[in-house]
Amino acid sequence: MSLALFLCPLLAGVAAFFIRADIPRRVLLALSATAHLIMTVAAWIIGPSPAVGEHLLGLDACGLLFLMITSVLFMAATIYGIGYLAREKPVHHRDFEEGELFANAPEARFTGCLLLFLSTMTLVALSRHFGLLWVAIEATTLASAPLIYFHRHHRSLEATWKYLLICSVGIALALLGNFFLAIAATDAHGGGASLLLSSLIGPEAHLNGVWLKAAFILLLVGYGTKMGLAPMHTWLPDAHSEAPSVISALLSGALLNCAFLGILRAQQVCVAAGLGGFGRELLVAFGLLSMALAAVFIIGQADYKRMLAYSSIEHVGILALGVGLGGAGAFGSMLHAVNHSLTKAMLFLVAGNILAAYGTKSVGDIRGLTRVAPISGVLWLAGLLAITGSPPFGTFVSELTILKAALDGGHGLVAFLYLFALAAVFIGMATSFLGMAYGSPGNRELPQTGPERWSAVLPSIGLGLLVLILGLYLPGGLRATLLSAAAGMGGF
Amino acid sequence: MAAWVETLLILLTLTNLTLVAMSRLGACIRTVALQGIVLGLLTICVHPHTPSLYVLLLAGGSIGLKSVVFPLLLGRAMRDTHIRHEIEPFVGYGVSILVAALALPVSFWLGSRLPLPRPASTLIVPLAFHAILTGLFLIVSRRKAITQVLGYLVLENGIYTFGICLVQESTLLVELGVLLDIFVAVFVMGITIFHINQEFNHIDTDRLSALRD
Repeated sequence: MSLALFLCPLLAGVAAFFIRADIPRRVLLALSATAHLIMTVAAWIIGPSPAVGEHLLGLDACGLLFLMITSVLFMAATIYGIGYLAREKPVHHRDFEEGELFANAPEARFTGCLLLFLSTMTLVALSRHFGLLWVAIEATTLASAPLIYFHRHHRSLEATWKYLLICSVGIALALLGNFFLAIAATDAHGGGASLLLSSLIGPEAHLNGVWLKAAFILLLVGYGTKMGLAPMHTWLPDAHSEAPSVISALLSGALLNCAFLGILRAQQVCVAAGLGGFGRELLVAFGLLSMALAAVFIIGQADYKRMLAYSSIEHVGILALGVGLGGAGAFGSMLHAVNHSLTKAMLFLVAGNILAAYGTKSVGDIRGLTRVAPISGVLWLAGLLAITGSPPFGTFVSELTILKAALDGGHGLVAFLYLFALAAVFIGMATSFLGMAYGSPGNRELPQTGPERWSAVLPSIGLGLLVLILGLYLPGGLRATLLSAAAGMGGF
Repeated sequence: MAAWVETLLILLTLTNLTLVAMSRLGACIRTVALQGIVLGLLTICVHPHTPSLYVLLLAGGSIGLKSVVFPLLLGRAMRDTHIRHEIEPFVGYGVSILVAALALPVSFWLGSRLPLPRPASTLIVPLAFHAILTGLFLIVSRRKAITQVLGYLVLENGIYTFGICLVQESTLLVELGVLLDIFVAVFVMGITIFHINQEFNHIDTDRLSALRD
């Protein structure tokens, strides 16, 4: 089952490079996404396998949760993406911002890399071995870099180069962290070191504290770079704003979680070795810094895709903070990972519709969205409420849980800074979003008119409904998985 | 064998010090290729009693990739872009040597804080740190995209030096996966450099500055 989950998109991705006709390739993409979702749901029903044994692949509660998010988002991205590819002209485009001509990368390469991207993200969720986890996370970078450079113009090229170099260096540091972890696991009597998760968190693991601390710092900085924690976030706004919107949705909703999983694994080992407090302090510090920095850049941000990217930095900060607080915070953080992924993917897909309708990424040039594209306009407003954590959306519940954990733990200052950053982000985002949604479109020449395509709005509607449902009712099965995932990080 | 290990480690450090003072890209690429051979030999020398197929495979893979494939790839990128020299790095060559030399005591201090349980040589930790610091320094202090990739490789070599002390039979798959990833990384970076050159007619990364807040 685990192997099939990983191999199905891998083989389909390789095949997609060689299929020359567009229609069969799009069918292959849709079939792979469906097969992946069906297998993921089946794995969800079977439930997490116990964390024992020598297997390199397996699904524990954490992996299962992140696999589910990835698979659902990929399904939404596929529906949106097929409609997107069908209307993207293969010949030269007029650049929205600077008016020059550019071409798109071949569609076969786009689809192939998209499927390889899914298979590498699946491997991240399946890995039970730190080395394999590293290989998978680095592979996600390499598979997604060509996706960011789909529109071949100089801005996306610049974003791709920054993404490749900064993330590769960050992930190289995480490799060093893995080696340190192996040294920490080597006992003084000559026993070999194993990087299997089950042996590192098992009762027989006697890890060397100094090396483990050094390993945790390197893993946090390394995977934190990929996750977008400040101050290692510098690639993120560029990559997310220059990639096609459907790719931004996957980068923000699924890929950041994969890197987060790397940090969670490291924290699991720390908790098992009795050093959970050390990891928690660092996570709180990085979390608050990310939230504060994101708030500063969101207020007055002129580009709405960059604004969404900074909002992702804010939310990974919340995720790190939740795990850092421990207890109910870890549970809140797991729930927030689900909510944020669904909401952010929805918003990026709507942002793609806005970009297609208006032909600009500038907040100031967009007025009257609810008149020009009514469905996208309503989704944009709903997305604003969801992403800023307003009731009745799921994000409200998870953010409140984390706040409660901070107050219960007696971290008054942390709770204050957390609320302050959330309020600042709310003001910043609401000002821009409301200005875009209302008003009169004026007599601007709009590149695309006519009714909205179902493939462009249906995935966002679905994702938005999921976030709404999670705010009103948390299914028992999901709750059990979240609790079990949080238990590894010292929650409850 | 300990003497061999230390000789190779010192050779690694000397190549690092040379690298920061070089401006000709061809010579830089050859120096990094030399590091690949040094690391391959180091892999064998660290495990003198178990010259198993596994260790040989790893050493061979490392030499083949780092001293044959990467130099060919980067040499090709250099010829395609018609760039021969690193002109005006952000940090001058004199200061660069000073920084790389000062990184040595820092590395030894770090090494003294983190003692290995059963080291093949006490020089492994400090000199591996030195390669890592040199690689990071090259990435931030050089202008050309190719030199930054070389810095990434030096960083990777430093990390690999740590790795070979921990080689274990059971994880062949993972180690090969790491090598494969690094190969694809350099490959993708090479392609990107080619595109940057086509789009901009230069590969100066500091002039990639359209995206900012």
